[in-house]
Amino acid sequence: MTAKRVTFKLNGVTLEAPEGQLVIEAAKAAGVEIPHYCYHPALGNPGNCRLCVVEVAGAPKPMVSCRTQVREGLEVYTDSEPARRAQASSLELHLVNHPLDCPVCDQSGECGLQDYYMKFGRYDSQVREAKEHKRKRLEIGPHVMLDQERCVLCTRCTRFTEKITKTSELGIFGRGHKEFVDLAPGQRLDNAYSGNTVDLCPVGALTDKDFRFKVRVWYLDQTPSICADCSRGCNVSLHTNTKRPWHDEGRRLARVKPRHNPEVNQWWLCDEGRYGFKKFDEDRLGRVMRLIPYRRELAWETALDELASELRRELEALGPEGLAVVASGALSNEDWAAFKAFFVDALGCKRFLFAPQPDQLGIEDDLLRRKEKVPNLEGGKALGFGSAVASLSWERLEADLEAGKIWGLYLIERDAARFWGAKASALLSKPRLVVWQGPWKGRTGELAHFRLPATAHIEEDGHFTNFEGRIQAYQKALEPLGQARPDWSIFEGLRQRLGAAQKAAR
Amino acid sequence: MAATVATVRRPERTLATRIYLIEVFRGLVVTTRHLLVNLYRHARRALGLGGPAGAVTIQYPEDPARLGARARTRHRLLKRDDGSPRCTACLLCETICPARCIRITAEDSPVEVVEKRAKTFQIDLGLCVFCGYCAEACPVDAIHMDANKVELSTYTRADLIWDMAELMDDKPKRPSLPSLHP
Repeated sequence: MTAKRVTFKLNGVTLEAPEGQLVIEAAKAAGVEIPHYCYHPALGNPGNCRLCVVEVAGAPKPMVSCRTQVREGLEVYTDSEPARRAQASSLELHLVNHPLDCPVCDQSGECGLQDYYMKFGRYDSQVREAKEHKRKRLEIGPHVMLDQERCVLCTRCTRFTEKITKTSELGIFGRGHKEFVDLAPGQRLDNAYSGNTVDLCPVGALTDKDFRFKVRVWYLDQTPSICADCSRGCNVSLHTNTKRPWHDEGRRLARVKPRHNPEVNQWWLCDEGRYGFKKFDEDRLGRVMRLIPYRRELAWETALDELASELRRELEALGPEGLAVVASGALSNEDWAAFKAFFVDALGCKRFLFAPQPDQLGIEDDLLRRKEKVPNLEGGKALGFGSAVASLSWERLEADLEAGKIWGLYLIERDAARFWGAKASALLSKPRLVVWQGPWKGRTGELAHFRLPATAHIEEDGHFTNFEGRIQAYQKALEPLGQARPDWSIFEGLRQRLGAAQKAAR
Repeated sequence: MAATVATVRRPERTLATRIYLIEVFRGLVVTTRHLLVNLYRHARRALGLGGPAGAVTIQYPEDPARLGARARTRHRLLKRDDGSPRCTACLLCETICPARCIRITAEDSPVEVVEKRAKTFQIDLGLCVFCGYCAEACPVDAIHMDANKVELSTYTRADLIWDMAELMDDKPKRPSLPSLHP
């Protein structure tokens, strides 16, 4: 059903919009910003912040644009003198009890009160009364800090816990100027999506515990990316701090925020995806190493030459049946294509293992989280590795390794040693050649013959295919660490060396 | 950052400048004028007739430098009445600093109303351009540029970095020693 389209006037300009659309939405579509706190497309329009007031021709007083619907012949003014005065007065009321502790508030720089004061306020305060003080610095959950003084009581957070997570941990208590937001008795804000309340909060009332006092937001650069922590492929924005490395304990990635995509994640991001970013600055590989027969650092060219010649020698002597490849769904589509060209087309390898380990499976729910905690199993399946998922199981691989049937093991980003635990070093000492390729060192990185540093997805451009088959691009947010290079370029380097040798042999 | 290059043309050397003697006499005229003007001014003042003061040579460094009342000198971090640092680590000085010589990291303050305080606070005087923006930007009046110290030279660049205790005069600045490996 399509709504009837009607014409109405916004600031004197005649526009067309579906009948019944909210004026605030119609204005946004026309590029006119109306200040607002309580209204959110996903959370409804309680109309309690009174900031989106506009002048409507014929109406005796200002109307809230988040509860006024577009109708034929409606005339709205968002920037007339009465409208501007009404908006500024609303803002002044919001700031009556606000502590104005912007210097110590993590929200400053991205705060609704600061932004709207500069755009729509600019009044001289008439308030002479003492401010109402409430409780500050409350840890209301594992990820969120609450400051009741800074709250503008827009109820976005309470409506989020009520409508989206349906957990209702937060509520509004008290009346009048003593009203405050707080946890419901006996509750803690510990649902799997609690971080979203921080994004929703237009002011500094709810802030990230993880990000607290780490970096000022104006030092951060933003890069559009895709979350790689499950197969949903939520759209995210990576906030990186590279210009002032002394902040945030030297971490390059400071925080992850969701990007709106109505078809994938809407406005949300789960806490696993939001707070799992520290791994990108921990235990990373930056140097190409050969550990066996003796430990040395190598240049890429030397390492690829040595590895290619050893692969060729073993292949000719023992055949491709003894080469097992373990990969994870963390490879991009570009990596998968090069992976196929190298392992299947050039080497003729038949033993692949992609099945997620138990540690790669997690909780699934009906909002965002998926069971497979890797981003791109689907991209591999699209290239024909779907059936190969079953060709080798973890038990089978273990048995074959013990029986000595495998001469070569190529592990890509799957830290098998951590999974195998105590028997890992015995298992990994059996093959004549063990290659570890990935962004992290892990335990396998200490037991392999070759250790090849690959970039993490935040350090390269590429595409992931999510569980629905949706292909999404991500962008390079940071420079690769040390010698690290994308997985596809490693496969391609090896393939070219083997191909050249085969040609020469012919 | 790419350096910009400005080409400055040297003044052309005419016959008059190449002879040199004329230029020497022009210089002597200037010197003599200063001598006579200052002699006249000092003499007037000595006779109690007033008038503008004559120039005086200050025997710096034997005599201390005379600084203006509003001279911007080395930074000082101020304290509250209870002795704790005033700084709340808002990072506005670090943000405004055009030389990027201030480095602050923050932590939670044990006092609830203060909420945030500096964990580390460093100023690299080797980078500082003494513009005074940091003192201007500070919302809590925690940083001043009025230590009235201008002799800040050190033997190594690292010694030019002052930390929080040193800027608050809680700890004397470690004396700089010549580096063994320059």
